[in-house]
Amino acid sequence: MPKAMGAVKQAVPAEIGGERDVAMAGSRAAGAVASTRKILPIVEGVVLLAALLAPLLLQDYLTVFATRVIILALFALSFDLVWGYAGIMSFGQALFFGSAGYGVALLARDLDITNIFLVLPAGTLIGLAFALLLGGFLLLGRHPSSVIFVSLGTLTGSYAADRLARGWYYLGGQNGIPSIAPMSLGSYEFTEGPAFYYLVLGILVVVYLLCRFLVRSQFGLALAGLRENEQRIAFFGYKVQHLKAIIFTIGGAVAGLAGSLYAFHEGFVWPNMVGVVVSTQVVLYVLFGGSGTLIGAVIGAVIVEGVSFWLSDNYRDIWPIILGLLLLLVILFRPLGLISFVLGERERVGSFGARSKENVKEKRNAP
Amino acid sequence: MLLEAAGIRKVFGKLTALDGAALSVGENEFHGLIGPNGSGKSTLMKCIAGAEVPTTGKVSFVNTDITAFTPTERARAGMSLKFQITSVLPSLTLYDNILLALQAQSSLVDLVFSRTRGLLHDQVMTMLTQFRLADRAFEAAAALSHGQQQWLEIAMALAGKPKLLLLDEPTGGMSLEERRVTGELLQPIKQHCSLVIVEHDLDFIRDICDRLTVLDQGRVLASGTVAEIQANKAVQEIYLRRA
Repeated sequence: MPKAMGAVKQAVPAEIGGERDVAMAGSRAAGAVASTRKILPIVEGVVLLAALLAPLLLQDYLTVFATRVIILALFALSFDLVWGYAGIMSFGQALFFGSAGYGVALLARDLDITNIFLVLPAGTLIGLAFALLLGGFLLLGRHPSSVIFVSLGTLTGSYAADRLARGWYYLGGQNGIPSIAPMSLGSYEFTEGPAFYYLVLGILVVVYLLCRFLVRSQFGLALAGLRENEQRIAFFGYKVQHLKAIIFTIGGAVAGLAGSLYAFHEGFVWPNMVGVVVSTQVVLYVLFGGSGTLIGAVIGAVIVEGVSFWLSDNYRDIWPIILGLLLLLVILFRPLGLISFVLGERERVGSFGARSKENVKEKRNAP
Repeated sequence: MLLEAAGIRKVFGKLTALDGAALSVGENEFHGLIGPNGSGKSTLMKCIAGAEVPTTGKVSFVNTDITAFTPTERARAGMSLKFQITSVLPSLTLYDNILLALQAQSSLVDLVFSRTRGLLHDQVMTMLTQFRLADRAFEAAAALSHGQQQWLEIAMALAGKPKLLLLDEPTGGMSLEERRVTGELLQPIKQHCSLVIVEHDLDFIRDICDRLTVLDQGRVLASGTVAEIQANKAVQEIYLRRA
C-alpha cells in the first residue's frame, strides 16, 4: 500500500476514545453489582408472607382495601410485562382492564352469568382480544413502530373508550353500571372480605408465577434483547414486531383478568375504568416500584395505593400534591424504582432458562 | 455473484452520500471497502444491510432483489451485520448474548419452554471458544475490554451461519496485537462465508482481503484485486491529496 494511506488512520482515535469510555463506564457499573447474592427470592418471600398475613392483622374495612390493592397489583403486572420487559410504552393499559370490567358487568346484568369459571375467563379473553386488535394495529407494521406512535396510539384508544362509555346509554353513560351481582361458585357468592381477598391473592400468585416462567425463559431473553437494543436483534433475524404483539396481547389478557375481578369486587364499573387516569395510574405503580422486575410492579401498586390511602385520610386537601412530589422524587433519583434500593443490576436483568448441568459446571470453572 | 449492488444513490436532504456506487462480492470472498472519510463507505454498508433504504439503485443477494427487504428479512436470507459501534447487550452474560443471536429463528414454543438452551448449548460454547471468550462465558458483556466486545460482536454476527457478513470497522479501537488476533479469528470463516469489511486500517485490509473497492465522493473509484488497487494511480492520488 502507498505509505500515505496511513494518514487515514488519524481520523479514528477521537471516535474510539468515546467508545472506550462508554465500555469502561459499563464495566464499572457491572463491577459494582457483581455480587451473586440472591435478593429477589427473599423480597418475593417477604411480600408473599405479608400478603398472606394481612387479613389476619387488618380490620375488615382494610381487608377490603387490601383486596382492591392486590387486584391493582395484578393490573400492574400487565403493564410491567409490556413496558418493563418489552419496552412497549402502553399509555392505554386501562382500556383492557376497563373493557373486561364492562364485559363481565354486562354478562352479570343482562345474562345473569356470574359463575367465576365463566366470568374470569371471559374477562381475560376480552382483554386479550382488545389488546390483540389494538396491538396488531399499532405494532405489526412492516417496520417497527416508534415509541411515540405506540404510546399515542394506546393513549388515544383509552381516551376514545372513555368517551364512548360516557356517551353510550347501553353502558350506563356517565354513571356506568352499578350494583353488579356478586361473582359466584354454585350457591356461594364472593362478597368483600377475607375469602375474596385470598381468592385474588391466589390468582395473583398463579399469574405472577406464570409471568416469572415467561420472562425467565428464552422468550424472556429475546425480550431482554428487544428492550435493550431492538435494532440489533432485528438484524439477528428476530421478528421484533411479532414478539411485541405477543407480549402486548398477554399483557392485555392479564389486565382483563384484573379488570373483571375489580368489577365484581367494587360491584360497579364506570367510565374512568377504561380511561386515561387509570392508564396513568398503572404507569406510576410500575415506575415507582421498579419496572423490569415483577415484584417491583406489585410493590409499587401496594405502596402507591397504601400511601394515597393514608395521605388522603390525614391530609385531606393537599394529599395529591404530597403524593405527586413523592412520585417525582422516586422517579428522579431512583429511575429503576424502589426495588433498586435492594436489587443490583445483574440480578434485575436475571438469568434465563434452567441451566443444564454442563452449564453449571462451566460456570463453576469460570474464574 | 453472492451480492450485487448497482447504481446505489442515497441522498440525505442536500447531501448526496452515494452517487451511483456499486459493489459485487463472490462466494467465499473477503472484500474490503475503503475510501477517505465521507466517501460513503458506511452509508453503502447500511444500504446493503437494510439500515438505510437507497434513494435509487438495486441490491441483490443470492439472485434475489432484496432492495426493499427489512433487516429481519435480510438476516433470514443469510446476511449478517456487525455494527460500527459495538452493540453487544452489556447487561447480559456473554453466553446469553451468543444464545440470543443463535436462537433468532427458533420457534416460539422452543423459546417459551427454553428448549433452545439445551439444543444450542454446544454451539454457544463452540463460538465462545473460537473467539477466545469461553472462560468468561458467564460474565456480563459490559465487563469485557473493548477489543473483546468487538470479538463477541463478530461471534454474534456469525451465530446465524450467514452467507455474507458485513463488518463495519471491526478493529476500531483495538491494539496492534488485538488486530492481529482479529485477522486470525476471521480467516477460518472463509470456508463458509463471504465478508464485506469497512476498515481504516489498510494494513489489516491488505492482509485479509481478496478484493478491494475504493469509494470516493459516493462513487466507485476503483475495484479489483489488492495488487491492482495498490498499483492504481487514481487511488494513490486521493490518499495523497488528503495526507
